[in-house]
Amino acid sequence: MKNSRLALKHPKVESLERRLFLKQSLSIGALSLLSGCDLTGDENVQQVLEGMSRWNDRAQAWLFDPKKLAPEYPESMITRPFPFNGYYPESDVRIIDETDYKLQLGGLIKEQKPWRLPELYALPQVSQVTRHICVEGWSAIGKWSGVRFSDFLQRVGADLTAKYVGFNCGDDYYASIDMATALHPQTLLAFRFADQILPPKYGFPMKLRIPTKLGFKNPKHITEIFVVNDNPGGYWEDKGYNWFSGN
Amino acid sequence: MANWIKVHPLVVRITHWINALAILVMVASGWRIYNASPLFESFTFPDALTLGGWLAGALQWHFAAMWLLALNGLVYVVYGIVSGHFRRRLLPISPGAILRDVSRALRGRLAHEDLSVYNAAQRAAYFVLILALVVMILSGLAIWKPVQLQELAALMGGYEGARLLHFFAMSLVVFIVVVHVVMVALVPRTFPTMITGRLRRSS
Repeated sequence: MKNSRLALKHPKVESLERRLFLKQSLSIGALSLLSGCDLTGDENVQQVLEGMSRWNDRAQAWLFDPKKLAPEYPESMITRPFPFNGYYPESDVRIIDETDYKLQLGGLIKEQKPWRLPELYALPQVSQVTRHICVEGWSAIGKWSGVRFSDFLQRVGADLTAKYVGFNCGDDYYASIDMATALHPQTLLAFRFADQILPPKYGFPMKLRIPTKLGFKNPKHITEIFVVNDNPGGYWEDKGYNWFSGN
Repeated sequence: MANWIKVHPLVVRITHWINALAILVMVASGWRIYNASPLFESFTFPDALTLGGWLAGALQWHFAAMWLLALNGLVYVVYGIVSGHFRRRLLPISPGAILRDVSRALRGRLAHEDLSVYNAAQRAAYFVLILALVVMILSGLAIWKPVQLQELAALMGGYEGARLLHFFAMSLVVFIVVVHVVMVALVPRTFPTMITGRLRRSS
């Protein structure tokens, strides 16, 4: 502390002010410590934060350009090995039996006949090499192939003016997205990863690949797709993650 | 009657304290978000210094306070330019004067007789802080919207580049804030001035 050399004219006032300042800065510090545990748990604070999250849903829907494409990368940039991610450890990955598997359709969809895998594989397929961005912050580049989701929704006669598309999954995960994102040209019902049939850890038999959304908005092991006008929520969204979570 | 001089305009005082709160929330929640997937494997922030309790809570704080930070910052910058506050208080600024005043400050010999005039070290610090906050907001936008704002992200080397830049801009902001708070502790009469806006003229 070299302030004694600052040619103070009123040393007593100065030291009083300093004490006051230290007291104030201590209480600011105490407040910030408190906030770590108590503030977030407070019901009113939680309500404000939830309200802001809904506001951010609207802001992101407004920012979303249905024609803007996510950057695509050369295959040489694919991240190997591509990281596993889920709400359970990799050792608990569900194995979905191919022979019994049927994709169920529901809600505002005209043709609700279930789909078997060979029928889905026979649909026109496209590929993309895009960046998967996790809500945690890390990212990895992968290659996914499958049917354009907008083509599929049109083919089954989904009400494209409805607000939401919901998903139920073979690993008890559930998710939902806005219709605008469902119809984005890079949103794929993906059956392959790196040109191989999706291995269980990447979501066999299918994953919705959405490069315009964070990773947790890309459900794996999909068993049911439904179109609705009431937001069905999602596994992580119902725990506090932002619902829109667009990139 | 005492002789008062006006030091800080009302807009500057209000935006200063809102900014202080916004930065505290952004940094504390940002550290918790960082901890979910550390950029530097061997380095995480102590949980006790973070806000939000877990990743989702921290993200809620971060994406709520970002509006406060951005809107308040916008008011401050527009005011600073339109009113001439930046020109009057931050200019002129020269490398020679900055070196001189920083070296004086380090030796504890920087005079603060007239608090209504910033010395060159202050001018440089405040200017760099404003710049760092602009970079932090832009890199934050690039991380938040790496597809919709991909042109902005591309300027920073893409998503991962923007993440690094966001981290380093945060580090610079925290460094300047720490120095700022230490300086206030060393010259405590500057503290009430940022609340009342005025200072009793010393004899």
